[in-house]
Amino acid sequence: MAERKITVESEVGLHARPAATFVQTATKASIDVTVAKLGGSGAPVNAKSILSVLSLDVRRGDTIVINAEGEGADELLDQLAAIASAT
Amino acid sequence: MDTAAVLRGSGVSPGAGYGPVHLLVGSIPEPAPGSRYQGEAAAERKRAADALERVADDLEARGAKAGGAAQDVLGAQAMMARDPGLEVGVAERIDEGVAAPRAVFEAFGKYRDLLAAAGGYLAERVADLDDIRDRTIALLTGLPMPGVPDSAAEPYVLVAKDLAPADTALLNRDLVAAFVTEDGGPTSHTAILARAMGVPAVVGCAGATSIGQGTWALVDGASGSVRLSPPRADVDALLGAAAAREAALSASTGPGTTSDGHAVPLLANIGGPKDLESALAHGAEGVGLFRTEFLFLDRADAPSEEEQEAAYRAVFDAFPGGRVVVRTLDAGADKPLAFLPPSGEEPNPALGERGLRMFRKYPEMMESQLGALARAAAGTAALPYVMAPMVATVEEASWFVSACHDAGLDTAGIMIEIPSAALRAHQLATVVDFFSIGTNDLTQYALAADRQVSGVADLQDPWHPAVLDLIALAADGAAGAGKSCGVCGEAGADPVLACVLVGLGVTSLSMGSPALPWVRAALGRHTLEQCRTAAVAARGALSASTAKDAARAELPGLADLGL
Repeated sequence: MAERKITVESEVGLHARPAATFVQTATKASIDVTVAKLGGSGAPVNAKSILSVLSLDVRRGDTIVINAEGEGADELLDQLAAIASAT
Repeated sequence: MDTAAVLRGSGVSPGAGYGPVHLLVGSIPEPAPGSRYQGEAAAERKRAADALERVADDLEARGAKAGGAAQDVLGAQAMMARDPGLEVGVAERIDEGVAAPRAVFEAFGKYRDLLAAAGGYLAERVADLDDIRDRTIALLTGLPMPGVPDSAAEPYVLVAKDLAPADTALLNRDLVAAFVTEDGGPTSHTAILARAMGVPAVVGCAGATSIGQGTWALVDGASGSVRLSPPRADVDALLGAAAAREAALSASTGPGTTSDGHAVPLLANIGGPKDLESALAHGAEGVGLFRTEFLFLDRADAPSEEEQEAAYRAVFDAFPGGRVVVRTLDAGADKPLAFLPPSGEEPNPALGERGLRMFRKYPEMMESQLGALARAAAGTAALPYVMAPMVATVEEASWFVSACHDAGLDTAGIMIEIPSAALRAHQLATVVDFFSIGTNDLTQYALAADRQVSGVADLQDPWHPAVLDLIALAADGAAGAGKSCGVCGEAGADPVLACVLVGLGVTSLSMGSPALPWVRAALGRHTLEQCRTAAVAARGALSASTAKDAARAELPGLADLGL
C-alpha cells in the first residue's frame, strides 16, 4: 500500500479546476485510489469520484492523504500529489 | 387538448411566427417516493446508466461548442454525471426495486446535501447538480428537457408559464419563431424581451402550457391568437400579411410626425453602446432612455469615471445633433449593487431606497456619475439630457437639477413615475428642464400592483384610464411651463397607445428599437386631432380594455398595419 500526505496549496483548495484535474488523473488509472482529509470525518473516499472529492471540502492549507495499491501506484500518487500541492 | 384549437391571449409584440412548440419546463417534478419498476434490475440499471451517459455527452458537446470558460464549467458537470459513486448509488437503489427516476433522484440527494452543507463555492454547485439530475430524470420519464434548446432543426415557438431572465439569457433569436406564455401582461419580462428582440409574442394565453410538445403553432403577435396545427393556407395567409406589413413599415422612414406634420421625435431606449446599432438601423432620432445601470451591475466595485466617460461618449457620438437622454443610476433593493448596500432588508423594494434615493444616501456616487457625464458631454455634437429616476417631491427635483447644473450639465430633468410627481407636475415643471414619463413604474404605483407579482399582472396595464389621467396631468404641467414631456416606458412601444400619448400632449416617444417603425407608421397615418380624439375617448372609458377599444375606434389608419 503506497501513501502520500500533501498540504493543498491552491488558492481554491481541492475544488474547481484542481479537483477536476485530480479526478481526471485518478480516473485514467486502472487501480483503486482513495483520498481522505486529515482532521475531517476521516473516511477515505474514491478519488475517481468528483462528487466525493468535492464533498471532502478540502481548502487551502488542509492536509490530504492519498492511498493506492497495485501496479503503478507510486507513479500515480506522485502525479496526484503534484496536482494537489500545485499553487 | 384538441390539436386544431385556437387559443387567445394578449398580443404584445406584433408579427407572425410559425413553428413546432417547445414547452419550457420550469422544474422537473420529483419522482414519487417508493415508485417501483417492472422487469429486470439489469435492464433498469442500464436505462439509468445510459441516461446519465447521454446527459454527460450532451454537456460535453455543448461545452465544445461554447469553448472558453463555459467549456470548463460544462466539462466539470459532465464529470459529475459520470461520477462512479453516483452510479453505484443509483444501482444499489435499483437493486432494491426502486424505479430508475427515483433512484437517480435519491442518489443525487446524498451529494446535494453534502455540498449544500459545505456552503460557499460548493453550495453553488448544487444548482449544477440539480440541472444534471433534472436532465437525467427528464430523459428517463420522457419529459421535455429543462431549459431553452440551443439548437433546433427549425425555429420553434417557445411556450412557457412565464419566461424569467435566466430562461432567456441564452436564447438565440434565429431559433425562435414566437413566444407564448400562459401568464404575464404587457409589461412582463416576456413582453419586453419579445419587443426588444423583435419576436412575435402572445402573453396571458390560457391553456398555453397544455399544448403538446412539438405541435405546430401559428402565432399572431398583433391579434393575440395562437392557432394549433393550422391548415397550410392559413399559415401562408398570415405570414404573407405579416410580410406585407413589414414592407409597409420599411416604407415609413424619416422623423416621427403625425400625418398633418406635428413632429414627435422617436427615440430609442438603450442599455449601452451595444444597443446603438439596432437603434440606428430602426431610424431612432436620438436616445430617450439610456439606462446606465449596465455599467454598474454585476461587479464588486464602482466603475471608474474614465470607464463611465468612455461609454457615455460612445453613445453621444452616435447621434450628432440628436437628443441623448441619460438616466442616472437606477439601483436599489430590486437591482442591488455590491458597493452600494441598502440600509437593510426591504419588505417592498419597489417602495424602498432606489433611484435618486440611493444618490441621497451616496452623494459621492452622483458626483462621480455627473462628473463623467459632463466630461463626455463636453465637445459632443449630441444634445445631452440628464434625468433622475424615482423623484417624488419638488425638493428632490431641485436638489438633483442643481447638482447637474453645477456639474456643467445644462439640461436636467426627472422621470415621472411616482403618482405624486404627476399630480404636482405643474410645480415640478418650474424647477426642471424636462420630464420623461416612465409608464411601467407609474402604472405599478398608480394601481398598487407590483411588477414582480404575476398575480396582479392584469392591473399592470398602462391603458388603465387612471394612468392616462396621470400622463395627461404631467404633459399639461410641462406644457404650462414651456417644457417638454416624453414617454420612455413600454407604453410608447405600443403603436396604438403611442397615438393616444401624443393626443394627451406627450412631446416625444422612446422605446425598444424594433418598435420604432411600427410607432412611426401608426403616427404617420393619423392627424394630431385624431390622436387627441382617441385620447379623449380612452380617458372616458371605464377599464383598460375598453379604453383601448375606444381609442382604436378613433384611429382608422391602424387597419393598414394589421393592428
